[in-house]
Amino acid sequence: MSNELTFQLDGEDISFTPGQTIMQAAKAAGVYIPHLCWHPDFPAHGSCKLCTVKVNGRFGSSCTMEAQAGMSVENRTAELDDKRRTLLQMFFVEGNHFCPSCEKSGNCTLQATAYELKMMSPHFDMFYPDRPVDASHPDILLDFNRCIMCSLCVTASREVDGKNVFAMGGRGILGRRIHINSESGKLADTDFAVTDRAASICPVGVILVKRKGFAVPIGERQYDKTPINEQVKEPTA
Amino acid sequence: MNAPMNAAPVAAKKLKVATTSLAGCFGCHMSFLDIDERILKLLELVEFDRSPITDIKHCGPCDLGLIEGGLCNAENVHVLREFRKNCKILVAVGACAINGGLPAQRNHLDLRDILEEVYQTEAGISHGGIPNDPELPLPLNQVHPIHEVVKVDYFLPGCPPPADAIWKLLTDLLAGRTPTLGHGLMHYD
Amino acid sequence: MTDFPRIDAVLARHDRNGTRLVQILREVQEQLGWLSPATLSHIAAGIGWPRAMVSGTASFYSFFHTRPRGTYCVLWSDNITDRMLGNTDLMDAMCKKLWLEPGRVSEDGLVSVNTTSCTGMCDQGPALLVNYRAITRMTQARLGEMVGLIRNQTPVAEWPAEWFSVEDNIRRKDILLGHELMPGQALKAALERGPQAMLDEIKAGKLRGRGGAGFGTGLKWEACRNAVGTGDNPAHYVVCNADEGEPGTFKDRVLLNSYADLVFEGMSIAGYVVGAKKGLIYLRGEYRYLLEPLESALAARRASGLLGADILGKGFDFDIEIHLGAGAYVCGEESALIESLEGKPGRPRIRPPFPVTRGYLDQPTTVNNVETLAASCLIAAHGGAWYAGHGTEKSAGTKIFSVSGDCERPGIYEYPYGVTVRQVLDDCGATDSQAVQISGPSGICVSTEEFGRRIAFEDLPTAGAFMVFDDTRDMFEVARNFAHFFAHESCGFCTPCRVGTTLVRNMMDKISLGHGSPYDINELFKLHRVMQGASHCGLGNSACNPVFDTLNKFRPAYERRLKSLDYEPAFDLDAALSQARQMTGRDDAAAHLTNEAEA
Repeated sequence: MSNELTFQLDGEDISFTPGQTIMQAAKAAGVYIPHLCWHPDFPAHGSCKLCTVKVNGRFGSSCTMEAQAGMSVENRTAELDDKRRTLLQMFFVEGNHFCPSCEKSGNCTLQATAYELKMMSPHFDMFYPDRPVDASHPDILLDFNRCIMCSLCVTASREVDGKNVFAMGGRGILGRRIHINSESGKLADTDFAVTDRAASICPVGVILVKRKGFAVPIGERQYDKTPINEQVKEPTA
Repeated sequence: MNAPMNAAPVAAKKLKVATTSLAGCFGCHMSFLDIDERILKLLELVEFDRSPITDIKHCGPCDLGLIEGGLCNAENVHVLREFRKNCKILVAVGACAINGGLPAQRNHLDLRDILEEVYQTEAGISHGGIPNDPELPLPLNQVHPIHEVVKVDYFLPGCPPPADAIWKLLTDLLAGRTPTLGHGLMHYD
Repeated sequence: MTDFPRIDAVLARHDRNGTRLVQILREVQEQLGWLSPATLSHIAAGIGWPRAMVSGTASFYSFFHTRPRGTYCVLWSDNITDRMLGNTDLMDAMCKKLWLEPGRVSEDGLVSVNTTSCTGMCDQGPALLVNYRAITRMTQARLGEMVGLIRNQTPVAEWPAEWFSVEDNIRRKDILLGHELMPGQALKAALERGPQAMLDEIKAGKLRGRGGAGFGTGLKWEACRNAVGTGDNPAHYVVCNADEGEPGTFKDRVLLNSYADLVFEGMSIAGYVVGAKKGLIYLRGEYRYLLEPLESALAARRASGLLGADILGKGFDFDIEIHLGAGAYVCGEESALIESLEGKPGRPRIRPPFPVTRGYLDQPTTVNNVETLAASCLIAAHGGAWYAGHGTEKSAGTKIFSVSGDCERPGIYEYPYGVTVRQVLDDCGATDSQAVQISGPSGICVSTEEFGRRIAFEDLPTAGAFMVFDDTRDMFEVARNFAHFFAHESCGFCTPCRVGTTLVRNMMDKISLGHGSPYDINELFKLHRVMQGASHCGLGNSACNPVFDTLNKFRPAYERRLKSLDYEPAFDLDAALSQARQMTGRDDAAAHLTNEAEA
């Protein structure tokens, strides 16, 4: 009857429009595919690999793969969720993620995704890297201990704010980090403003507004109330 | 709440449970006590071995060991090994046991600098030098979660884990089920 | 700043074009020694890029220094073949003589000594780079002399010339290395055929990429030819991938040293087929010493009308430019290479789109291996049918191997595809071999019972590396060396590779220190499964191959290192009390921890 394009996601028919990625189509249909670096407002980055799915038996990132009619996509299988849990554990050991002392706790995508995937421990040996914080800016604190290298702040600053306050630089586990657009490397020496889109884009607790702590008590925050897989249709912060 | 005891055979032997706090704040133990009157039900099923509740100093053979806190000194390592040797099931309870938690926030500092500043150079303290009494356990260069030293069977996150999560874990284990925590009980904060 | 005029001169030479940032940074560093914060700010202003992007690029490449480096920067090539030739002892001796810790700049700012990934001199190691100039065949005797020259601050340019000599070591020639084409002959044949007919010949010759993956060259050129350039400056590009970073591979070095005309000619033929006017060679930074000879060779070709406008009077315009890399293995991946050519960190792109449709400057680009381009000349000159008559059904032609390790005659060997591993071993004088690492760490490790296997796309595909290990070698240490390599070279973009390569390295070190258990071996297998499926590019996908292969084929090399069958601590417990012992002066029994659980 209709010429609606569909593919199968865990056995369920998902409609899509040409050019949509698997992730975009799934989101539009209200189906949760775990992800960290993807944001509906921005082009896919494809770095976190949480959204890895199996397309016709082959692994691929659902945020970058275009949907094709008739394809068969596995999403929440035990095999894929196992891999995702391992990837989450990698994030938790490479950074310093001490949730009890983090203002983002309860509103944090990394944490909520780890709950969703039942990550009970970091499993691997902790790296405990030394990542200094940048408290130079009058309104914003940068705590790089929690950075997951998603680049959303880079993209938001460039594409929405037109500022290029951030860039990803360096290489590998020791080098890769956010570079700040000033010779001092300090945020205070940039034109960053608390009203920038980039100030509210961070999915974890790196970019925090100063003098705003625990306005919503722990236990009543975004993901405390409802698990992340039930918030697919709601706008992401 | 689940009541596995209803299904348990009357003559079932009481399970032995030991608990301890290593580099922790006893907050997980306090949360444990927050199971309130359910502790009476628990006592019908278990008997406590080494634990702050019993004040028994060394752990004998046990079915279950609950470890709060991470490893910040040599004594923590000895106690952890005693638990691992004696407990069939070992559970890491709370953030510190699982990822080092608050004490591990010292890990980006050099221990030598810490000791020097705390005991020798900081103004307003008595300069008795760095304590070196053999009775005192030496601190480790870094704080570690317990799974980096012994095999851990289950993890119960939270700072502290809510009483209901502790209760869920215990009742699951006592009933022979793999412990699971649903939304609301699973917390890292 | 007094340095600014020199920086400005470099900027002017590159038209203040940000896409040339890697070249700008290299040239500025060659003059100033390092890239200071003020230098980076000045360059950023000069090219009109955000400073964070400039520092982001500068900090990506191992050969760029954003902190002051020693006047003499000594980097020891640390491939397993260098190790087997004794580089560790030599480097330790050097550090001792210079009173240095590896990786630290001396107090007086004179010198730093460290390791670097394979510099492509495996047949003449131990090798090193001093101020990014290649030195081969290091010995204890030379070491003493070198330390003296450093202490006396003798400029590297005045060091003994023979230290810098790099041999070709060509041991076996076949149709490519034994070609008798005159410069221009193959190109002339191509131009006479016309682009479509030339493309058809490449297809008929069944030429496949020599970088290891074996994608059909004809298909690649055709896709690029058919793609349409976009934007204000539509164009097509040819890129020659001379970022030969796979440890144990050095055949491109020899091709560029002694067969440069053939490579340039192949690029020109590719340009003619795809409709490009410009070709770029991405030369790995380790081969910096080849830059001037290659520039001269390009100038000679321009002078003889083989490059430039209206080549051979056939109305074909084409020229070639050389870009130098700066110490990043991942740039061997074609889309990372293109990012680097555009002045950015070498991070593999999301594909599709593939470079053939959107490559360099978002234009259709064919990226081909040095050897592939050279081989295309044979097809241009002799025809596809002739070429396809060599090799095997699915692997036409010949392949050049870089043979190193335990053999009498390491060097360059060209064979028709289909040669057995055993044949190569016999020819290079390898005895008592227990394993060969084919195609480098990301390739495959074959053991004795597999020496009858054939090197061809049908069986063992290769980019060229052929590292031989005799039965005195410890295959665990081989795999551990490779694990360190991948952890160092991971670009850090995707999670499984960034963190996974480090986890693997740490576990291999743990086993090496005698603290491992079967649990750790199971963890290695688990990481292999995660990294292979989920990584962003080939680096992460293949980073566990050497561990996986050696675990399957040389498992006792792991097992004999295991401490026990029980779970073993992640770290040395007694060593973890070292700082407290130092500060308290205690050494009593309670001031120690054993690693075994106490009885």
